[in-house]
Amino acid sequence: MRDVAIVATGMTPFGELWHSSLRDLFVEAAREVLDAVDHPLLDSIYVGNMSGGQFVGQEHLGPLMADHLGVAGVPATRVESACASGGAALRAGFFEVASGASDLVLVAGVEKMNDGADVTGVLATAADQEAEVYHGITFPGLYAMIARAHMEKHGTTEGDLATISVKNHRHGALNPKAQFRQEVSLEQVMTSSMVSEPLRLLHCSPVSDGAAAVLLCPLDRAREFTDKPVKIRGGGFATAPMALADRVDPSALDAVSLAAARAYRASGLGPSDIHVAEVHDCFAIAELCVLEALCFAQPGSAAELTRAGETTLGGRLPVNTSGGLKAKGHPVGATGVAQVIEIVEQLRGEAGARQVANAVIGLTQNMGGSGASSVVHIFERV
Amino acid sequence: MTGIVGYGAFIPRNRITAEEIARQWGKDPNAIRRGLLLKEKSVPGLDEDTITISVAAGRSALERAGIDPQRVGALYIGSESHPYAVKPSGTVVIEALGIGPAVHVADFEFACKAGTEAMFVAFGLVESGRVEYAMGIGADTSQGAPNDALEFSASAGGAAYLFGDADVLVDVLETHSFTSDTPDFWRREGEFYPRHGGRFTGEPAYFRHVSSATRAILEKSGYKPSDFRYAVFHMPNGKFPLSVGKQLGFKREQMDVGWVVSTMGNTYSGSSPTGLAAILDVAEPDDLILITSFGSGAGSDSFVLRATDLLPERRERAPTVRSMLDGRRRYLTYGEYAKYREKIIVNH
Repeated sequence: MRDVAIVATGMTPFGELWHSSLRDLFVEAAREVLDAVDHPLLDSIYVGNMSGGQFVGQEHLGPLMADHLGVAGVPATRVESACASGGAALRAGFFEVASGASDLVLVAGVEKMNDGADVTGVLATAADQEAEVYHGITFPGLYAMIARAHMEKHGTTEGDLATISVKNHRHGALNPKAQFRQEVSLEQVMTSSMVSEPLRLLHCSPVSDGAAAVLLCPLDRAREFTDKPVKIRGGGFATAPMALADRVDPSALDAVSLAAARAYRASGLGPSDIHVAEVHDCFAIAELCVLEALCFAQPGSAAELTRAGETTLGGRLPVNTSGGLKAKGHPVGATGVAQVIEIVEQLRGEAGARQVANAVIGLTQNMGGSGASSVVHIFERV
Repeated sequence: MTGIVGYGAFIPRNRITAEEIARQWGKDPNAIRRGLLLKEKSVPGLDEDTITISVAAGRSALERAGIDPQRVGALYIGSESHPYAVKPSGTVVIEALGIGPAVHVADFEFACKAGTEAMFVAFGLVESGRVEYAMGIGADTSQGAPNDALEFSASAGGAAYLFGDADVLVDVLETHSFTSDTPDFWRREGEFYPRHGGRFTGEPAYFRHVSSATRAILEKSGYKPSDFRYAVFHMPNGKFPLSVGKQLGFKREQMDVGWVVSTMGNTYSGSSPTGLAAILDVAEPDDLILITSFGSGAGSDSFVLRATDLLPERRERAPTVRSMLDGRRRYLTYGEYAKYREKIIVNH
């Protein structure tokens, strides 16, 4: 397989973008990518999107987006893995370039959530309908149970969860594209409205609109497009039982562990080689579980790592320098690609006030549902 | 100069607290108090509706004006809870007030803006010389679906404004309206409760229209926020009017008097007109006053007003808004509230 590089990125701000439709968001991000590389002919487009059909009544996103980008004719299709759709789209694009089948592949993620849909209900379609949703539960409830399991097993506290939100808001305040550009205090988090015990409002990522896009090409052609290519060192993808009740340990995210092991193997790197990471903190508890599944911390010790400031900007391994899903926003299908863009900016040294000094290796972890699917990618400045 | 020659407000005596509604639905009352800045709201009695509220407010307006009701040539009621879908509210109101039959009457609807809409048209007809006096009323027994966030705010009340050219209590110096197709909140024919676009009702709807109308009227009139003694903005909850006022450069002390929402609730078409009535209850001669309404769908009407020397003595002729808000009240349980608001439906 050929080495693959990311040579250009484009991203809308994340937030309640009332004036932009699903297609507008895609075109804004994709055009930024193409403008950066002088509009070469694309070989293929992958659109990560969780639920255009339910959010805005629009399916068949491949041709729609190609058409509105002005490149109808180019092969284009949608990739779906719930909130991991963006990461899964990158994986599809990566293999297409790595295999030699294509040279220039645009990978985008897009979601329009603020358009009148019952967002919690739509998102819940990514849980197990028969085993979970029919009984009335939605994602805040599922992640609350994961949090309870983690508390039970490891002694994690509500304060530990709040620390994650405080950190990610601190980072998000520095990100011009973040939905929430303000810090929150531990007290604000701990006294925010209860959503699903023990998860409070400020433990939960918001409902967001947004799009993100990257251009992939063979590493040996990367310098045609940029002086600062970022190589995809390797990736891993895994699934786990869909229903929380079917998992051996609900406090552990097995799909993440498995995807991480595969990504580490594919890249020849390990957790200690990572300088900066973007992980899927859809709820504060998820970041703790993910840090443990990625082997950044022993099971039960991610909270300690966070409290010690190790994952804050300036710490040993800054996590979610973008603000994470919590502060940057979480337009579900776009999230996986937006995570990649944050890492690309970090490795290129273009992250401004959020810059992690001397970042050479970065990791992204994107997750669908309550962790039934997860995609991990590892990137390197070359 | 054409202006307000009489005004009156009415707020029913029944109240329900945010705590009581929150208790019913297992919600956190502190979050409502803190987030929406709502403590309690008025509730109409079984024999109170938009018509009775309009009559009570209209009667006070006539008292303050001291004119023969027969000289009123037009009367308009803005409401989204007219008791009948077909059959005007205004006809009952004119009969009760002794107005007409030589009078032009119409019922208006524009979500929460219908009251200032009625005021705008009444003012325009008097200013043009078509009629001698015209009354514009905003009144509602607002609907909010059980367990909807609206249930904490939707309340009952209203205010009436009589416009004329002589013995004016408040001069109307400028008006401005800002309207666009922004479907943030609606109720279809036959539906009991309005539906809304959640957070879409905020930035693109309320904030855009209120701030655009206000900025435009400031520019037209040449006044700046600090020139005003009082300002009132439509009050869908406690937070929005204070936020938009702050964004526009108004200070809390300019808004406090008209900000009656925390204990009155949102009287929809009656909201900003009742806030204005509370201001007129205390304003001194030459005080400049700004009112900007908001109605979903969406639009805002702004008025720049100035109190005259006549206002202080005339206002004594009828009850003040504060006397109704702070006076005798009857607190309802959720069960009583459900009965009064006809939320309990017998399905034979």
